[in-house]
Amino acid sequence: MGDSRVIRVENLSVRYGDEVVLQDVTMDVVRGEILVVAGGSGSGKSTLLRHMVGLSRPSSGRVEINGVDITTASPAELQVVMRGIGMLFQSSGLLGSMTCAENISLPLSEFTDMPESFIGEIVRMKLAMVGLEGYEDHFPNELSGGMRKRAGIARAMALDPDILFLDEPFAGLDPITSAGLELLVKRINQRMGTTMVIVSHELESILSLAQRIVMLDKGKKGIIAEGDPRVLKDESPNPHVRHFFNREIEEKDETGEHGA
Amino acid sequence: MKSSARKGGEDRGVSIVIGEEREARLSLSGRLSLDNLEYVMERVDPLLGRPQLVSLAVDLEGLVRIDSAAALFLLRMQEEARRRSLPFEFVNISPRVMGIIDLLDKSAIRLGPPSPREKSGGFFEDVGRTSVMFLDDFNQCMTFGGILLSEALYCALHPASIRWNDVVLSVKKIGVDGLSILALISFLMGLIMAFMSSLQLKQFGANMYVASLVAIAMVRELGPIITAILVAGRSGSAIAAEIGTMKVNEEVDALVTMGFNPVRFLAVPKLLAAIVVVPLLTFFSDLFAIGGGMAVGILGLGLTFHTYADLTSWALTVHDIVTGVLKSMVFAVLITGIGCQRGFSVQGGAEAVGNATTSAVVAGLFLIIVTDSVFALVLNYVRW
Repeated sequence: MGDSRVIRVENLSVRYGDEVVLQDVTMDVVRGEILVVAGGSGSGKSTLLRHMVGLSRPSSGRVEINGVDITTASPAELQVVMRGIGMLFQSSGLLGSMTCAENISLPLSEFTDMPESFIGEIVRMKLAMVGLEGYEDHFPNELSGGMRKRAGIARAMALDPDILFLDEPFAGLDPITSAGLELLVKRINQRMGTTMVIVSHELESILSLAQRIVMLDKGKKGIIAEGDPRVLKDESPNPHVRHFFNREIEEKDETGEHGA
Repeated sequence: MKSSARKGGEDRGVSIVIGEEREARLSLSGRLSLDNLEYVMERVDPLLGRPQLVSLAVDLEGLVRIDSAAALFLLRMQEEARRRSLPFEFVNISPRVMGIIDLLDKSAIRLGPPSPREKSGGFFEDVGRTSVMFLDDFNQCMTFGGILLSEALYCALHPASIRWNDVVLSVKKIGVDGLSILALISFLMGLIMAFMSSLQLKQFGANMYVASLVAIAMVRELGPIITAILVAGRSGSAIAAEIGTMKVNEEVDALVTMGFNPVRFLAVPKLLAAIVVVPLLTFFSDLFAIGGGMAVGILGLGLTFHTYADLTSWALTVHDIVTGVLKSMVFAVLITGIGCQRGFSVQGGAEAVGNATTSAVVAGLFLIIVTDSVFALVLNYVRW
């Protein structure tokens, strides 16, 4: 059992001053799965992701990646863990001062001793994998939003990580680009066995991609549902979850109306 | 008594008829929108305040068009009547007008404005808050300074971990690109200093001291200061803006998730470049200022090139030059350190980047001048 869980989040709580963002979140990510973290705006999805990759320290609780507790790990240990993961940021996070090729070759030339020519070939291969062959010398600001996201995935995949984190990869993309990106994520997951943790609230993408979903709620400050989205859609005991998957409006609390 | 307020209303697209004194009937017709709402409010609002009023009916039959502000006005009237327990009704309301009124969230209107988020707690609380902020800022600067120096030390011991391309690029940006403006400023400074002082010194026939005045003032004090101020303005701000923007664009986070140490990756190359290049710039600044003084000496005071150079070299000691270089190295560390710290502390958006840039320059200048005073005091006692 211990083997199959690549990430364990235990009793994670996040507070900013008096404001509680997440309260006692406990969840696992299983090796090789596509897990989607969903929830409405402000439910703490991105916060959870930032804590899962160690970009922020939690108020309490622990996060283990491959058995290493990243909340207490030393900087050196953390760097080893970080090299085993890749992350696509919402705004792609590509370094604006470098071309696409330089962005992708950066971790390769920094963390490996491979010759330049071979790194160049890996870069071309990675760019081709995401359909961006020929864009080596383009700077990130010369690419469209969808292309930037794909270049971001290519960079995140540069060191062939075990786990890939994607923060809102489909936000702001047209349906065709979205579908292409979904296919890419699926292919990487199937062919390379990469574990995917995706933060998203794009319903169609969730239903077509997710093998399992963890749903966060703003009110509960934690997980309100976990499981197969196709099952939860109709069978969740929580009406909020069913509304989410069926795109239904929730009845507004009109207590003010009755009171007057 | 019948009162009507037709006058002036038509050209505003609305007409108001107010009926009976006690059982008032208000007819609105035409177009009711933001353009003429103020006009209508002025005439209708006093109506509700009438002491004899028993009921109010608002006839909307002739209303052709309303906007959401007008709908809000109607709702508010209804609400006000309800508050005064006055029987109130809308008469002849068209489905179109009803639809627009329905769009408004009635509970939100009753909610009133939220209580202000952060109130000033008076003079003492403000002073306390500011002091805590200042201490916090000092603490952060010190922590960052420690991190930066330990990373720089690590890089010094592991030269292979330094991104030399970035160092070279920064040398060009901080040094080469700034040389021309620095040369101009320093030359003119030397020129002005020599010219102004010669006017005074001429009276005592002490013209030849112009050379030593320019040399000593520039090499000991003004050269390092002018250079540091220029570098703080040109490069300290640029560093803060660059790193701040990278922070906003999640580029710094991306570096962390790729396993890079952002301070080592971004700050150390700039620090190294500045430590190398600011003393060089200072040296050039001294040189050009002496050149400026020399121009005045040769053209205005009748000194020869040889005499002026001789007088300059006689006035300067190795101590002056070494302390100048040492000072400018310290300035370099301060300017890049504060620039990087301000950049890394950016949180939010474009405005935060702007604030960080301003703060980098202001804090940089502050540190430069304070450190220079300390140097002046200490070097006065430590002479060899």
